[in-house]
Amino acid sequence: MTDTVLLTARDLTKRFGDFTAVDGIDVEVHKGESFGFLGPNGAGKSSTMRMIGGVSPVTSGELSIFGLDPATHGPQIRARLGNCPQKDLLDEELSVQENLWVYGRFFGLSRKEVRERATELLEFAQLSERRGDKVEPLSGGMKRRLVIARSLINNPELLLLDEPTTGLDPQARHVLWDRLFRLKRQGVTLIITTHYMDEAEQLCDRLVVMDKGRIAAEGSPRDLIVRYSTREVVEVRFDTDDHSAHADSLGGIGERMEVLPDRILLYADDGDAAGSAVHSRELAPLSVLVRRSTLEDVFLHLTGRTLVD
Amino acid sequence: MDATETTASTSVPERSRLAAGPRRDLGILERTGVLIEYHWLLFRRTLRGVLITRFLLPVLFLASMGLGVGSLVDENSGGVDGVPYLLYVVPGLVMVTAMQTAVGESTWPVMGFVKWNQFYRAMLNAPHSVADTLRAHWLMIAFNVATSALAFTLISALFGGVGSWWALLGTPIAVLTGMAFSTPLFVIAAKTDTDSVYSAIFRLVVTPLMLFSGAFFPIDQLPTWMQPFAWATPLWHGIELGRAAFLGGPVPDLWWVHVGVLTAYIVVGAAVSRRALRQRLVP
Amino acid sequence: MVGYALWRFVLLRDVVAFRRMWWLFLSGFVEPVFYLFSIGIGLGALVQTVTTDQGMVVSYAAFVAPAMLAASAMNGAIADTTYNFFFKLRFAKTYDTMLATPARPWDIAVGEILWSLIRGGTYSAIFFLVALVMGFVESWWAVLAIPAALLIGAAFAAMGMWATTYMTSWKDFEFINLVIQPMFLFSATFFPLSVYPEALQWLVRLMPLYHGVEIQRGLLLGDVHWGLLVSAAYLAGLAGLGLWGASRRISQLLLT
Repeated sequence: MTDTVLLTARDLTKRFGDFTAVDGIDVEVHKGESFGFLGPNGAGKSSTMRMIGGVSPVTSGELSIFGLDPATHGPQIRARLGNCPQKDLLDEELSVQENLWVYGRFFGLSRKEVRERATELLEFAQLSERRGDKVEPLSGGMKRRLVIARSLINNPELLLLDEPTTGLDPQARHVLWDRLFRLKRQGVTLIITTHYMDEAEQLCDRLVVMDKGRIAAEGSPRDLIVRYSTREVVEVRFDTDDHSAHADSLGGIGERMEVLPDRILLYADDGDAAGSAVHSRELAPLSVLVRRSTLEDVFLHLTGRTLVD
Repeated sequence: MDATETTASTSVPERSRLAAGPRRDLGILERTGVLIEYHWLLFRRTLRGVLITRFLLPVLFLASMGLGVGSLVDENSGGVDGVPYLLYVVPGLVMVTAMQTAVGESTWPVMGFVKWNQFYRAMLNAPHSVADTLRAHWLMIAFNVATSALAFTLISALFGGVGSWWALLGTPIAVLTGMAFSTPLFVIAAKTDTDSVYSAIFRLVVTPLMLFSGAFFPIDQLPTWMQPFAWATPLWHGIELGRAAFLGGPVPDLWWVHVGVLTAYIVVGAAVSRRALRQRLVP
Repeated sequence: MVGYALWRFVLLRDVVAFRRMWWLFLSGFVEPVFYLFSIGIGLGALVQTVTTDQGMVVSYAAFVAPAMLAASAMNGAIADTTYNFFFKLRFAKTYDTMLATPARPWDIAVGEILWSLIRGGTYSAIFFLVALVMGFVESWWAVLAIPAALLIGAAFAAMGMWATTYMTSWKDFEFINLVIQPMFLFSATFFPLSVYPEALQWLVRLMPLYHGVEIQRGLLLGDVHWGLLVSAAYLAGLAGLGLWGASRRISQLLLT
């Protein structure tokens, strides 16, 4: 596969009045890759996605999708784009398959194409048995899968997924991840926003960490962890309301320390050694847990805050 | 950026829109058509309610006002301006039905598409613009108004309430009247999130207009200070035109003023609503 | 705890909720007033006088005014026991919460109906003042108009509530419209019974609003006769029947 750039953003900015939602970001997304925007609520992820989706004009900077400018070629871009917005936007009084038919027709597909495609996609979304049912009683996970199926109705080259698993239970999330992974294998380019680090690690080849409308870091999940964190982390909890009081007593263990309200994180390449060091100081912590470093740690390091609060 | 793709988008071959690469644009007719298809689906689903509110209730009004009260009017005054009351009131009721249909379709359903199921957004995620979604929706409302008006005209004819073939001209006039209410009302869904505004509109705007715009009696029966209100609202203009059509003439001297006022409501309303919905949906 | 009149708390909840929507509540009275001015006065200029079914010759506006008084009692009562009651029953789950307290279905029905009577009574009182100022009240019997309005309201509130317990979706409310609108148009509201063919007259006599209109017309015009007691009994009977049916259905729906 030749390396084609599907999306380029240069100094992309979005302002609503005085508020700057997206503050001059640079991004490039290549064909076939799975690209993520990771950040807390309000970081500017959804505003970015809406600009990419061609439903929000760019305030300044450049944006090009499939080599086209959304300001002048919005319909041409959207014809090749799949958009899975944060809210489901389903017509709950229509049946599952009617929702797909209606949406497919919006793209100017023939009735025959729409029907064939709907059958395939319902199979893909594991909703074939519910095809004739109304949407309203479906579970949250089923509705999400239906929205993803719907966003695929026009056989898009680029699929936008704005927080695809927010609000779903763990099992529903795994089913959804599995479906998205299959899509990626089929060569669909994915752009995903999320505030879950596990989701970003599971799904994204490459991602940017966003905070307050800016890009704080960019790279593959592994890259970012290597660059901004240590290999392992020790989480220490004490029987206290104020963990900062215990910070001094752990001084010198690991390379770096973060004090959170409910625990202290010690960053170390050798977690077990750091854990033993904590025990040897006889501080009687409630618990000492050694784990691998995650994107959450990267985010914490970059912004001094946790991702999901 | 890939140079071949930009050139390709100018000349796209005739083939399935599922194929990779640039896709054939939807022309304006196709865009309007596929969106109306969705409205048609919704229309079919609510057919029972449509039959009740647009046909049965107006017919009951016709029987009560036209026949019942009409018998009292004819007995005492020999009709209105020499016309039997039933013939007088039918065009008024046609325009009132047009208004009610248009207002009903331009209130809760619009808020639904903006706020509840947000289907306008779904349309905008496909290759449609705000102008496309509104065009399709307004055409569907015009269709709704036209069918209500025409059905009411035909039913009234069965009751003997139509005196001239010119009454068929009442249907396009009803569409003008209905749309003069429809396009401005769309702005509400863009500007507010509380649908109780709509109940207030029905109670404080639609009902008084129905009762005081010359549908049931000539507005010169009203106190002088109230008459300018009737002139300012679309319904009275629609009723003036409609009544002339239903009675087979004569053409009102100021027919162009009536048409002008209705058109102005439609055009200005459409511009204001489109602007507001753009701000709301494509910020 | 039985017998502690827990309906008072159901009523209290409504009063509290109402404070947020008072303008919508109040604007409900205007409709019959509009009709009085339009049909009664505006169109009345063309009708001039009308002979009531009791043989009195009155101005058309004076004929329509009592009918609109009855209609405002009906409108006020219906609003709360149909749409609002349905919302609380099916969506807000207000009553599930209430039944978790010692309140029984009966308390809910009585509380809601009393609340709707406050609303219907308010509408009627405002309308009555309008009619009084306009000079459509012609007899001292009219002091009974407000109590009569409450009786009309009770009949509609109770029957409306009972019917609502059978509704499954908002679309079903088309049927309520389908009952209320014809009743409003044909219960000797805008023209006397004598206009109808004989067979239809008997149909009209079955309509609850017709009896409400008869009572109010008798009281406002001072044309009181024994037949009005039959009308009152009919409305009282409907109120009782509705109340019994509604509380029975509420138990079936909520205490399963």
